[in-house]
Amino acid sequence: MANAVDAAASAARTEVERPAETRHRRFRPIELLVFVTSIASAFLFWELISRTGTVSQQDVPAMSTTVKELWSLMQTSGFWGAFARTVRGWALGLGLATLLAVPIGILLGSSEFASGAFRVPIEFLRPIPSAALIPLLFLTLGTSLKSEVFLATFGAFWPLLVQTMYGVRDVDPVAIETARAYGVGSFERLYRITLPSAVPYIATGLRISSNVALILAFTAELFMGIPGLGQKVNYAQAFGLNEQLFAYALATGFLGVAIHLVFTAVERRALKWHPSQRSAET
Amino acid sequence: MLEIRDLGKTYGVGAKETHAVAEISFEVADGEFVTVVGPSGCGKTTLLKCVAGLLPPTRGQVFLRGRAVTKPPEELALVFQDYSRSLMPWASVRNNVLLPLRHKKLGRSERAALVEDALAAVDLTRFGDHYPWQLSGGMQQRVAIARALAYQPTILLMDEPFASVDAQTRGDLEDLILRVWDEYGVTIVFVTHDIDESVYLADRVVVLTHSPTEVKEIVPVQLRRPRDQLVTKELPEFTQLRGHVYRLIKRELKAPEDETDLATV
Amino acid sequence: MAPLPAERRDLSRRTYRTLKIAAEIAVPLALLAAWQLWTTHASDPNFPRLSTILVEFRKMWLFSQFGTHVVPSLERIGLGFVIAVVAGILIGIPLGLSRWARLWALPHIEYWRAVPPPALLPISVILLHSIGNRQKVAFIAFFCMFPVLLNTIDGVRGIDPTLVETGRSYGLGRLERVWRIVLPAALPQIVAGMRNSLSLAVITMVLAEYFSSSSGVGYVLLISKNTFQLAPMWAAIVLIGLLGYLLNLLFILFERRLLAWHRGWRASAPA
Repeated sequence: MANAVDAAASAARTEVERPAETRHRRFRPIELLVFVTSIASAFLFWELISRTGTVSQQDVPAMSTTVKELWSLMQTSGFWGAFARTVRGWALGLGLATLLAVPIGILLGSSEFASGAFRVPIEFLRPIPSAALIPLLFLTLGTSLKSEVFLATFGAFWPLLVQTMYGVRDVDPVAIETARAYGVGSFERLYRITLPSAVPYIATGLRISSNVALILAFTAELFMGIPGLGQKVNYAQAFGLNEQLFAYALATGFLGVAIHLVFTAVERRALKWHPSQRSAET
Repeated sequence: MLEIRDLGKTYGVGAKETHAVAEISFEVADGEFVTVVGPSGCGKTTLLKCVAGLLPPTRGQVFLRGRAVTKPPEELALVFQDYSRSLMPWASVRNNVLLPLRHKKLGRSERAALVEDALAAVDLTRFGDHYPWQLSGGMQQRVAIARALAYQPTILLMDEPFASVDAQTRGDLEDLILRVWDEYGVTIVFVTHDIDESVYLADRVVVLTHSPTEVKEIVPVQLRRPRDQLVTKELPEFTQLRGHVYRLIKRELKAPEDETDLATV
Repeated sequence: MAPLPAERRDLSRRTYRTLKIAAEIAVPLALLAAWQLWTTHASDPNFPRLSTILVEFRKMWLFSQFGTHVVPSLERIGLGFVIAVVAGILIGIPLGLSRWARLWALPHIEYWRAVPPPALLPISVILLHSIGNRQKVAFIAFFCMFPVLLNTIDGVRGIDPTLVETGRSYGLGRLERVWRIVLPAALPQIVAGMRNSLSLAVITMVLAEYFSSSSGVGYVLLISKNTFQLAPMWAAIVLIGLLGYLLNLLFILFERRLLAWHRGWRASAPA
């Protein structure tokens, strides 16, 4: 009991996100209609403010113009090259962060001593805005993929670390005690009990980190001129090509939405077979 | 005082239609203590919510002093079973009791007096500054009762209020509610699934069938008041009444008209 | 395993505690020492000695450039954050209460929360150049709104229906129910969102100041990099780190006061 309270308190301190509840509910046709109408009206609104001159078309190209621009960009290899580079930076950053954060998180999460020892450095490093490291990366790793991956890894590392630590700590102590009583070894306990029950937390961490990694990959490209969508946005802005600027921003947004949807689905999956969830559903 | 006329409530439409309450009619006189018992899942809570104006009935009407209930009436208070969920964990006991008085047009001192009186009536004077979650379950339910009393209702609806406290506390709370009923002169409609409790408290016991719910029988209880946990419950009349109500409900359980209905409620 | 005698168990417990606290202090100090040693040893111009950075830090931020650069940054964070919180709550409550409103708003929220903020930096400059400094505030506020907004929606949706029905049965009006019941009940979630959005505020502040600014900590960072002044650059990085850390700390203190009831309540709830 007291442990649970401690865990809850430390969770509050370190911004752990509890895995989201799964709410399965199918859309009724009328609800789908509202949903679609809402999107359509937003596009219409965009079209109108530009066409009617509420905002000058110079500043904000109309929706149709932007979409047309995006469409024609999508016929070029330059667009897809940039797109692929951004995805590569994102994937490498997220992958590396996962490889680092999950084992370290398990280590720190399963040892009260270790997590205590590293509490202060972690609490201090975690809130550092990764964007502040850009100038340093400029000077050390230079304008290269390495910088982009480093930045994305750094940013994506922390949410995953914290989630993993908390997930490992949140294991039902009764399950562990039971396993010990039956003489299950410590490695097998880790593998059979601790990890499976930490999976939903790690999945939530992945969802958060996937977004962070994209933001930072894009940021690196934008501010450091590393090839990718960010660089394209930067050029478009520098040369006053507003139509391209909006088209690339739109494309980046869609990439973000796609990543978010994929990782939300992964999180749902991870939650589905989790024992705590199963009992809640019946 | 309170008249429930042909009340019915169905959930869902078409094939998924479920009759929670088929047709219920009964009346409650001024100052009366009426208990409602029925097999579990028979729509007792639905009935109470309709009476309280929280849920619009599908059929029939509820009249309070001759006026149809369409929204929560001013002179009615409702005490839920789940005290831990109906009390606000962020507010002190006193502020919880104060909640329903905030929008009544009362002076500050008048309000404070009502709150203190209500807390005194349930023996919680010393706990006004505590948070509800610092109190035991029975005490929390007393807070909920105090809140209802402070609202000065003429009729008090209680939805299985003592279902989640231990037996000892339950007896104490039963006596407390009888005392309060007497002191405040309020009319009480009390839903329970405990047969002893229903007989012990009531002037009349309304026994419900199971879903789709109707009134099976209304059993008058003419045990002498004030009642006492030991003396009253040892009376042969009490045992006889208890047995009668028990048989009514048991017969209900034995011959369910439709198994699927039970499952869906 | 035979249980230890109580005395010895107490003793080993105490030793363990002491060791743990010692480690909590020693590890950060060791890391700092390692940094100092390594930078001294490597003498890489990109990594000035820790001591040099600290001296520079004192020279710059305590307090000669505090007013010209730190204060504007703090103002932007503060203003952006406050606007974000107010907007997030005001929009979030109706969305949490009404399923239809939520359906309507969902595609927009899901899109904007997933867009990398820097993608909108150039656009925000184009759109908002007329409001000058406030363009940065608007940028910060816009992106910081989402954690608060999403958490408010979740918090409101998670409210126990019994609580709302209690309010209804006592004749509380809609607005009064929101003010007295919905808002306080959703507050723990809202505050958690606020904390996320505060750290986001620091990040978006740095981004906005990189991109278009003539003052602020982000601006100093960029300029010192462009002019290869490494000690000031590091001093700026340390300051931003410290800022993030301190704001978070401050917020936790605020949260403790505001949500004291919540901790007690959760602790008392049967598991």
